[in-house]
Amino acid sequence: MPRTLFEKVWDAHVVSQVPGGPALLYVDLHLVHEVTSPQAFEGLRLSGRRVRRPELTVATVDHNVPTGDRRLPIADELSARQVAALVRNARDFRIRLFNLDSPEQGIVHVIGPELGLTQPGMTIVCGDSHTSTHGAFGALAFGIGTSEVEHVLATQCVMQTPPRTMEVRFSGLPEPGVSPKDLILALIRQIGTAGATGHVIEYTGEAIRAMSMEGRMTVCNMSVEAGARAGMIAPDGKTLAYLAGRRETPAGRDWARAVRAWTALGSDPDAYFDRHVLLDASTVQPQVTGGTSPGMTTDITGRVPDPDDAKSDADRQSWQRALEYMELRPGTPLEGLKVDRVFLGSCTNARIEDLREAAHIARGRRVARGVRAMVVPGSRQVKAAAEREGLDRVFTEAGFEWRNPGCSMCLGMNEDVLGPGERCASTSNRNFEGRQGRGGRTHLMSPAMAAAAAIAGCLVDVRAYMRESGAPAIRIDNVMRAETAPELYPIS
Amino acid sequence: MQPFVSHTGRVAALRRANVDTDQIIPKQFLKRIERSGFGVFLFHDWRYRSDGTANPEFELNRAESQGATVLLTGANFGCGSSREHAPWALADFGFRAIIAPSFADIFYANCMQNGLLPVVLPETAINELFQRCAETRGYEVTVDLEARAVSDAGGFRAGFEVEEYRREMLLRGLDEIGRTLLEEPRIAAFEQSRQ
Repeated sequence: MPRTLFEKVWDAHVVSQVPGGPALLYVDLHLVHEVTSPQAFEGLRLSGRRVRRPELTVATVDHNVPTGDRRLPIADELSARQVAALVRNARDFRIRLFNLDSPEQGIVHVIGPELGLTQPGMTIVCGDSHTSTHGAFGALAFGIGTSEVEHVLATQCVMQTPPRTMEVRFSGLPEPGVSPKDLILALIRQIGTAGATGHVIEYTGEAIRAMSMEGRMTVCNMSVEAGARAGMIAPDGKTLAYLAGRRETPAGRDWARAVRAWTALGSDPDAYFDRHVLLDASTVQPQVTGGTSPGMTTDITGRVPDPDDAKSDADRQSWQRALEYMELRPGTPLEGLKVDRVFLGSCTNARIEDLREAAHIARGRRVARGVRAMVVPGSRQVKAAAEREGLDRVFTEAGFEWRNPGCSMCLGMNEDVLGPGERCASTSNRNFEGRQGRGGRTHLMSPAMAAAAAIAGCLVDVRAYMRESGAPAIRIDNVMRAETAPELYPIS
Repeated sequence: MQPFVSHTGRVAALRRANVDTDQIIPKQFLKRIERSGFGVFLFHDWRYRSDGTANPEFELNRAESQGATVLLTGANFGCGSSREHAPWALADFGFRAIIAPSFADIFYANCMQNGLLPVVLPETAINELFQRCAETRGYEVTVDLEARAVSDAGGFRAGFEVEEYRREMLLRGLDEIGRTLLEEPRIAAFEQSRQ
């Protein structure tokens, strides 16, 4: 019976099954951060339970942490208390914690893959919806709530209703200037924020095969914005090349054994998917959101939609509300919309390739007057790598702030917030009302687009800012074509 | 967890679609380390103006919504984040059930974990309920989990589907961790088989 990647991973983790109901799935990796865990650990204490597998549990601090001078104590009392709670819980329950003083600290979905904790075929959960990021490795990775966090701590398992499956195929290759962020925004635009509810998406197609691991992480990261339970990409030579030699990946004979298992995970030919969605990557333009949900997205060359063109009353009402909040008039071109702030960061786009993409645009240019632009690397390791490449100087010479790793202005739980009415070009994943600060207006886009907006002082088409030479092939390796057999890492 | 068998209560109508978790509970309120006390922050930015005073335009601030224990709302309710603080805020505010055409997956699961019953009804039934709510002062419905039906005193009745496992857990107010730990031998056997 042919099976999909999702089914193979699911089947391998079922501990028990309620007839006609949810399955009890074993969890290979439980990632923890300071915001959604305190009540879970407290629950364990109150019930006298212990963490079943501390060695499969890894914690970091990311949501609350300041991105400025880290030698100072955390100014916000509640934030400090939450971080302190995680430190105490990690110590009491013997869980590895990458705290602020650790060279590996960073956004949880950046450090997992970096450290080689995230591996193909795993089940991975975290009290954070963007856990879907790890699906880029062919893992079944999804967000859970605090009660489920407590359940996983106590039992190393999670109850899950079997989802349906959706194949999203990106045919063709994107044009220069179009990055993985644009592809996933184009999908959400097409199917809507509830388009994949109840489904796990598997991304396939030439554009996906040609995409780097970091690009794949961007795509899987925003699966949840289409309503998906999780997003997955089958492992291939690029996955193996990324993983080889990382701190936590198998080595020696274990590596050979793992590679054999991982390369068998891909969906079988003729495997059944409940739904199929097809997009032509070669026709996608650089995207920018104009409304208050990731689905309210247009081409940078487009105009603010007219709510009267909406297909339903509910849509019209949503768009009307959104335009009022965003202070946008129907028919206005997106290009030329002035921005006050620019945020380059978040678990969606704060890895080294994202920084290279943005630096390519920023190099030798200046942030426009009146714009405050921030670069927040996704982890201390990303920051260190960027500094070794001199990217920090490219940014600071251009007038960007070069800051320390954390979730920062993606959701503004720390001091990095938008003021009321401020318009922000952001590489993050949500543009809901007030997300980045009460009254703040968020426009989501790719790192290159955000860097171009910083330079121009307004939303612009990044393709006008690209240079003929020195461009990092924006995460699409045009040399490797999907028609040829995927390059297999030699088994030693 | 408090069991949910059947509940009769006043309906508050929030006729909006895609109400996301940032609206239900903005992030600055996620810094608490307790499970309680979130009700006052529910729908904060819609409920209160910037100066902290109540926004009289907001649906839940209107007189007819006071004392409501059932929330009636639009499609894709709870989209966005996995923050369980969202159902905590709704429950702490006083809601016992939410009726909508659809819910986001993670939010739906989080509600179930807290005995806050999410009820999916078809659009036609939802529209009927919005109408009845608008026409009737102090409109009440009965949400009956045992019978899997929503009804009112005026003859409305609509059945809803709910996963049998979840229905049992809610009817009996069971602790899911306790239930799973009964399967400890199976978990241990699974771990053994991986060695």
